[in-house]
Amino acid sequence: MSSRRSGAIRALSHVVLSGFSILCILPLLLILSISLSKEMDLLTDGYALIPKTPTLEAYAMVFRHPDQLLSSYGVTITVTVAGTFFSLLITSMLAYVLSRRDYPLARKTSFFVFFPMLFSGGLVPWYILVARTLGMRDTLFALIVPYLVIPWFVLLMKGFLSSMPASILEAARIDGASEYRIFFRLVLPLNKPGIATVALFCALLYWNDYWLSLLFIQTTRTVSLQFLLFRIMSNIDFLTSALAIQAGVRTQVDLPQQSARMAMCILAAGPMMFVFPFFQKYFVKGLIVGAVKG
Amino acid sequence: MAAGREAQAVKTIRTIWKHRELVVLSLPGVLFLLVFSYIPLYGIVLPFKNFRYDLGFWKSPWVGFRNFAFLFGSDNAWRITRNTVLLNLAFILVMTGVALAFALMLFEVRRRSVRAYQTAMFLPYFLSWVVVSYIFLALLDMDRGLANRILEALGAEPRLWYNDPGPWPLLLLLANTWKGAGYSAIIYYAGLMNIDREYYEAAEIDGATRFQQIRKISIPLLSPLITILFLLAIGRILYGNFDLFYNLTRNSTLLYPATDVIDTFVYRALRVTGDIGMSSAAGIYQSVVGFFIVLAANLVVRRIHPENSLF
Repeated sequence: MSSRRSGAIRALSHVVLSGFSILCILPLLLILSISLSKEMDLLTDGYALIPKTPTLEAYAMVFRHPDQLLSSYGVTITVTVAGTFFSLLITSMLAYVLSRRDYPLARKTSFFVFFPMLFSGGLVPWYILVARTLGMRDTLFALIVPYLVIPWFVLLMKGFLSSMPASILEAARIDGASEYRIFFRLVLPLNKPGIATVALFCALLYWNDYWLSLLFIQTTRTVSLQFLLFRIMSNIDFLTSALAIQAGVRTQVDLPQQSARMAMCILAAGPMMFVFPFFQKYFVKGLIVGAVKG
Repeated sequence: MAAGREAQAVKTIRTIWKHRELVVLSLPGVLFLLVFSYIPLYGIVLPFKNFRYDLGFWKSPWVGFRNFAFLFGSDNAWRITRNTVLLNLAFILVMTGVALAFALMLFEVRRRSVRAYQTAMFLPYFLSWVVVSYIFLALLDMDRGLANRILEALGAEPRLWYNDPGPWPLLLLLANTWKGAGYSAIIYYAGLMNIDREYYEAAEIDGATRFQQIRKISIPLLSPLITILFLLAIGRILYGNFDLFYNLTRNSTLLYPATDVIDTFVYRALRVTGDIGMSSAAGIYQSVVGFFIVLAANLVVRRIHPENSLF
C-alpha cells in the first residue's frame, strides 16, 4: 500500500489537513477560554485564547440561578427524544412501503413524498397553518411536529431498506406473516444501521434547531437551549434576567456578562460536542448511502 | 370513456384493498405531508390577496399583482436575488473545491490519520449556527474580539465588523466552508474509496507519479459524483441557509446590502414588519423560479448520468 504514495504529496496532505483540523477546534477553545476568564481581564485586554487569570466565576454565577438553563435543557431533551422517536417511526414505515418493489402504488407514493422537495407554497401559508389553524404557538408541539417527516430522511432510510435482501421478506410472507408483523419484527431489527443513521440526523436536527422557536415561541416557558443562546446573543439583558440577578450586583464587573455569556454557550452546546463525535461512523455511513447510492 | 374510467377506479380500489396493510403503514407519513406540505400549496394564490388574519383566506380581498408590483418596484427584489444567487454560487464553488482537495488529501494518508482528521473536521458540522454565531462574536466583537486585537497588535485600525458590509461576503463564505467542509469531504472520500484499487496498481507499474494518478484516475472517476452534487446544489441556489445569514450577522441592519437573502427577507416581512403580502410574494417568487431551476438542473443531470437524476 505505502509504495503508491509519494512522500511530498503525503507530507503536504498532513500539513493542510492538520492545519484545518486545528482551525476546526481552535474557535471552541476560544469560547472556553473566555468563559474561564476574569471579567476584568476581558474588559481591559479583550478576548484571548488563554485566560490570563483562570476562574470559574462565570460558571458559579450561572449555577447560582440555573432555573432557566435547566428548563431549557428539559425542553430540548423532550423535543429531541420525542421528535426523534416519532419521526423515526413514521419515516421508516413510509420508507419501507416505498422500498417495496412489488407494491403497485410505490411510484405514485414516491412522487407524492418527494414533490414537496421541489415545490412548496412558501413560508407564509405554512406558518399560518401551524401557528393559527393548528394553534401550536408557544407549545412543545410547534417544536416537534413540523419536522416529523423530512423527505430527505425518507430518501435516506429508503436507501438503507432497499439494500435489504428481499428473500427474507418473501419467506416471511409465505409463512403467512402480516405486513405489520414483517415490518416490526423483521424489517426494523434488520435495519439497525439505517435506523441509527437517520436517528442521528433527526436528533441533530432537533437538538440544534432554533428556527421553529424563532417562528412560534414567545413565552419564556418553552425556550429550548438554542433559542436561549439566541436570545442571550441578541440581547444580553436576557442573560441577566435569565440568571435572575438581584438589583445589588448590576455593575458590569460584579456581573460577569461577557464570560457568563460564553459559559452559557459551553454549557448549552458542550454535551452534544462530546456526544455526537462518538456516533461519527453512523453519519459517515449515512452520507455514503445518501449521497453515493441514494 | 366513462366506463373505462370507472373500471380504472375499481381497479385502483382493488389494488389498495389488496395491499391495505402497506397503505396503512404509509398513511401517517402521507397524511402528514398532505397537511404540512400540500395544504400550504394554496400559498400560490396568497400574494394575489390582501391577506387579513381577521377575515381569513377566503374572505380576504383580491388585489391582483399589487404585492408583486411592490416587491419588484423596490430595489429589495434585486438585492435579495443578487445576494442569494451570488453568495450561494460562491459557497457551492468553494465548497466543491475545498472538499474535493481535502478528500484527495485524506486519500493520501493512512487510515488511522484519516480517522483523527475526520473527527476534528466533522466537529463544526455538529455545532448549531447559534453556537457558530458565538464564535463569530468572539472573533469580531468591536471592543474585545480577537480580530481587532490582532489588527491592533499589527498597528492597523480596528474595524467595526458588524457595521461594515464590505468584508461580509467573504466572512460568510469562510463560515460556510469551515462548517461544511468536513461533511462534504467525507462524501468525496467515500467516492474515492469506491474506486477499484487495480487502476492505481496498474498506473504504479507504468511508472505514473502520485500526482498523475490523482489527475488521470481519481478526478475523472469522481467526476460523476462531483457533477451530480454540484447540479443538485445549483438546483437549490435560490434557497439560502437562513441560520447562516440571520445569525452570524446578528441580524445587523447595516449589513443587509451584502447579507440580506430571500429567506431572511421573507422571514422579516412575515414576523417583524407583518407584511404578509410582501412576504408571500417573495416566497412564491422563490418557489416558482426555484422550481424551474431545479427542473433545469435535473434535466442536465439526466443528460449526463440518467441513473442519478431525481426524476
